[in-house]
Amino acid sequence: MAELQFREALNEAIDEEMGRDERVFIMGEEVAEYDGAYKVTEGLLDKYGFKRVIDTPISELGFAGIGVGAAMNGLRPIVEFMTFNFAVLAADQIINHASKARYMLGGQLSVPIVFRGPNASAGQLGATHSVAYDSMYAHFPGLSVIYPSEPEDAKGLLKSAIRSDDPVIFMESEQMYGMKGEVSEEEDFIIPIGKAKIKREGEDVTIIASGKMYHIAKQAASQLAKDGVEAEIIDPRTIKPLDIETIVTSVKKTNRCVIVDEAHPFGGLASESGFLIQREAFDYLDAPVQRVTLPDVNAPFSKPLFDQWLPDAKQVIEAVNTVTYRN
Amino acid sequence: MANKKTEAVFTPIGSYNGENKKVEKSVELPDATDKTHKDLGLSDDDVIEMYNQMYLQRRFEERAMQMYQKGKFGGFLHLYIGQEAISTGTVFALNDDDDIITAYRDHGWGLVRGVSPREGMAELFGKATGCSKGKGGSMHFANVEQHFWGGYGIVGGHIPIGGGLAFANKYQDNGRISTCFFGDGAVDQGALHETLNMSQLWKLPCIYVVENNGYSMGTAATRHTVGEIHERAKGYGMKSAMFNGMDAFTVYENMKKISEEVRKESVPYFVEIRTYRYRGHSMSDPQKYRTKEELQEYQKTDPVERMKKYILDEKILKEKKIEEIEQNVEDTVLDAIDFAEESSFPEPDELYEDMYAGTPHFHDKK
Repeated sequence: MAELQFREALNEAIDEEMGRDERVFIMGEEVAEYDGAYKVTEGLLDKYGFKRVIDTPISELGFAGIGVGAAMNGLRPIVEFMTFNFAVLAADQIINHASKARYMLGGQLSVPIVFRGPNASAGQLGATHSVAYDSMYAHFPGLSVIYPSEPEDAKGLLKSAIRSDDPVIFMESEQMYGMKGEVSEEEDFIIPIGKAKIKREGEDVTIIASGKMYHIAKQAASQLAKDGVEAEIIDPRTIKPLDIETIVTSVKKTNRCVIVDEAHPFGGLASESGFLIQREAFDYLDAPVQRVTLPDVNAPFSKPLFDQWLPDAKQVIEAVNTVTYRN
Repeated sequence: MANKKTEAVFTPIGSYNGENKKVEKSVELPDATDKTHKDLGLSDDDVIEMYNQMYLQRRFEERAMQMYQKGKFGGFLHLYIGQEAISTGTVFALNDDDDIITAYRDHGWGLVRGVSPREGMAELFGKATGCSKGKGGSMHFANVEQHFWGGYGIVGGHIPIGGGLAFANKYQDNGRISTCFFGDGAVDQGALHETLNMSQLWKLPCIYVVENNGYSMGTAATRHTVGEIHERAKGYGMKSAMFNGMDAFTVYENMKKISEEVRKESVPYFVEIRTYRYRGHSMSDPQKYRTKEELQEYQKTDPVERMKKYILDEKILKEKKIEEIEQNVEDTVLDAIDFAEESSFPEPDELYEDMYAGTPHFHDKK
């Protein structure tokens, strides 16, 4: 095992895939000469040159669409957004074109493209830089959505994403790029898309959390353990396709469930998995499923308000106390 | 500032005050080329085939309109009638493996680039035998094998994709160029600006073509956009051209020259082709925004009639031979209708097909 930062794990994944397939290239704002706004693409320009590591203007709609066209016509683009908050400008290309072109032309073409970049909030950046978009993209047929929480998952899943013959949304976090973790040194290490991982085993309650929220859940679980409550943490890793079987199996064991989701409450991962759990494990539940999400409020700037807005371990513990009737 | 309700404040006024019946052209047509087909390097057979292709597009759509009115199929039906010289002249000018992508007014493009009349009509009817297996309908004709990448339904949405096709051609150094067609309404979308900027910066071998038919749905070009459309290229330092789109020879001549330059130099080109849409925007359009006189004025420049007259004047074919071609097209279109009617609708299982190139996944599918 090697200890790598999240950004290094991503860099290795891109590097290895560019090395094995000439059709893979990366484009985005500051990916080449600047070495990446968050240094994910560091060194790639030197290694692969200007044809395959391409700086773009600040034209999310335009370069996302050029990526879609290039994917249709034989290439395998990785399109980096400086954040998915800016990808909203490219939503027409992702939602109306990348996810639909194959179907509406009766399968005549495919769109093997990865849209990647940081998702959700990263401190006090204000309302327009702080939204979690994973559930929104998961709504649309034709897209896979990956939001890993640790370097190893990031590497294995990004490699799968780049090899996918269909469009993939791959989400990261500005706040996790420097986070270190053990990464397999196995040659060509791949994690299949669509498999959740049980990251902590426990008997008392199931906590579902992906991306940055996984780390909140982990903090909560350590504190709960001190009180004798053993939480089982499931990281879906892939929001879509969602590995609901692993989640339901765990809930049938623990009989209680809390979902931590960095999206707003309406229609997200929390509400969807909550619905599926009640339908698939109704007789096993000893308490209604609880969720911890952002409130239905835009991200505030002011530090105390921001801290109040973002889900934290305390809120997760409170939710666990609710489902275990420890209030 | 205007203070009466009938004076313009924001958008210039069109036919709203429409007592005035004089012809106000929504587009000014430049002169057609005066070169003969031989000057242009086209054989007699080429000219006959051009007429055949244009007449097929015309009759296919006239019959499609009848079928639509009879209730044989639903959805949208945007007709290309009046614009056939553009698709035909272009396809004759390009190499067969050059890429073409267009908007939702796509039947003519499909027919002249690999979609058979049978597959096209069946697609309109939503049948499994359609070019897009009944999944796309009128707006999504395609024959990707023959490099017709399809019709797209979001105004301006396919413009960056056209740039992406060119990007991949340049990346793969395959000698192909791409051509991206859209209406005058699309020039108001930000996607055009972003794509033109990047195309010039990256030297993408793509021809961006505005088929200026005078109307963005019901809004005349003079009411939805400023200045001369083709002059926008100047802002990007991009080469540009503007010419008559009611004459297939003019389109052929210009597109031939432009495509050779784009291929040789790997540069983009911005082209405005002026044309006229005879029919409404779609089948539900009452066309209150223009006068009958205006329509009649443009019909005098009909590209299909013009080509027929040329063939007769130049004695390439006699009237009787032309009638044979027309009868043949008529039979082909009627056969396409029979084929579409007799074909089956997609099976229920086909709902889930063609979503994924790789392993399919459907959330919560039982």
